[in-house]
Amino acid sequence: MSAIGTTPFGQEIVETAIGPTKTMVLNMGPQHPSTHGVLRILLELDGETVLKAIPDLGYLHTGIEKSCEDKTYSQAITLTDRMDYLNPLGNNLAYCLAVEKLLGIEVPKRAQYFRVLMVELQRVSSHLVWLGTHAIDMGAMSAFLYCFREREEILKIFEFVAGQRMMTSYIRIGGLALEPPTGWKERVEKFLKMMPGRIDEYETLLTGNRIWLGRLKGVGVMSAEDAVSYSMTGPTLRAAGLAHDVRRAFPYSSYEEFEFDIPTRTEGDCFARYLVRVAEMRESLKIVRQAMEKFPVEGPFRTEAPGIIPPAREKMKTEMEALIYHFKIFTEGFAPPPGEAYASIESPRGELGCFIASDGSQKPLRCHFRSPSFINLQALPKLVTGQLISDVIACIGTIDIVLGDVDR
Amino acid sequence: MTDSGGQTTNPVVAKLRSWSANAIEEVIEYRGDTTIVVPRKVLRSIAEQCRDTEELKFNLLTDATALDRYPLEPRFELNYQLVSIPLKQKLRIRVKLSVSDPVVDSLVPVWKGANWLEREIFDMFGIQFTGHPDLRRILLPDDWEGHPLRKDYPVEGYRDIPAIATRYTRSRP
Repeated sequence: MSAIGTTPFGQEIVETAIGPTKTMVLNMGPQHPSTHGVLRILLELDGETVLKAIPDLGYLHTGIEKSCEDKTYSQAITLTDRMDYLNPLGNNLAYCLAVEKLLGIEVPKRAQYFRVLMVELQRVSSHLVWLGTHAIDMGAMSAFLYCFREREEILKIFEFVAGQRMMTSYIRIGGLALEPPTGWKERVEKFLKMMPGRIDEYETLLTGNRIWLGRLKGVGVMSAEDAVSYSMTGPTLRAAGLAHDVRRAFPYSSYEEFEFDIPTRTEGDCFARYLVRVAEMRESLKIVRQAMEKFPVEGPFRTEAPGIIPPAREKMKTEMEALIYHFKIFTEGFAPPPGEAYASIESPRGELGCFIASDGSQKPLRCHFRSPSFINLQALPKLVTGQLISDVIACIGTIDIVLGDVDR
Repeated sequence: MTDSGGQTTNPVVAKLRSWSANAIEEVIEYRGDTTIVVPRKVLRSIAEQCRDTEELKFNLLTDATALDRYPLEPRFELNYQLVSIPLKQKLRIRVKLSVSDPVVDSLVPVWKGANWLEREIFDMFGIQFTGHPDLRRILLPDDWEGHPLRKDYPVEGYRDIPAIATRYTRSRP
């Protein structure tokens, strides 16, 4: 057989008994279970090999950034919950840190430790959803059931503390929405006792599993240089060998006082990303334990800033000024001085940043979210080119995208 | 603190000034963030300097976004957030653009990660990036009219979009 031409991608076209060979364009998604939402990918295939992949996004675009410009600073918190719906507390935290930076206010240590505790529990729950759904994509049904069983325990803690399972809006500008209720410690303690053994269970199910290894090892390799060049952050970057973590590099919310390791691998493949995430869950449990021990019994859960932060309930009922401030904060909001601030946190998926610009009015001039899923996803064509079509699913899975975060 | 003269204590700014004395128009230190305002002609070369200079090593472009100060002129501001992973420092580069000529050099040749960020800015603000390999809309459909994050675009959108509406009815059998 001799070549009778080449495709636009440099593949030889060969004459066969049933006609010339051709590449095929496959439209994957937007309704596809393994894209975890509505992601469409145009794949150009040569047999089973991917020659080119073009992601197409925007199916879940709801204009959150534009809506934020029409809300007061405190109202916009509820919108941030709905971006990355597996990490609502992290989104709240990034937004509140940016606004607090813009205002130049300090948050009491008590609130800072509790924020850390909640966000780390959220990280475990987010990684559990990732592990469960990714295992389903790879054909391991039972891991999903185990992961969601433990995630349920975390959501129960959230419901107990914040009154909501998912869209908690619990972290507010200047501190927390509510004083943590009596009995939270016992619940978190119970969870911390149970969880390490459960992570061991997942590892016995998956880490040495030959099918799991076959599907993930050596698939979707990303070198550290490429990962940095593509602006990737989070477990994807750490699996490639760079120990960059916002919690360590630019500590926020008192992370400098916590002891934890940054798990890294050097392989940069899908299996390395899996190992990094599992190790991160264990590290998060360590941080939760420390936050629980550091948490002071007495003290305010919100900073005092008259006219910006709502006064304590007791004060509002007894002092006239506090009542007036309370009324004004919830009717017309507060106006930070003109300027810009960028704050970032380490979300389960990478660096989640929030850029806020104020023009001195009660509503933000611009509120931009640097969403880790969006930026990590742009390396997908690089990861999957030359791989098999079944590896595309492994790659999408281990980048760990949340389409609400990608499209905003 | 705004400093438009030559005096600054920030080593990053001093290093960039030693490379080119006129490259930085203004230095803004606000709430612990350093912002340098640069003319758009030097944006790409200053970005290359930031990435390659030994004392700076800004190897990660974390974020790029625009903001619209309508009705002020120049109304657009582009903000690039740089992070140096080895040296653990941050820098924000700002470029100001007017509505009559919203064109700037793309940073994709410097950081590949700028690709989608610039497409998003193009989509939402209508700012053009010269040298971008694939400047298409990213979140909105290709036939969308207008750039929604501009301040003169209403928050609730336009109720009737006659051009798009007729296009769709005509194409349906």
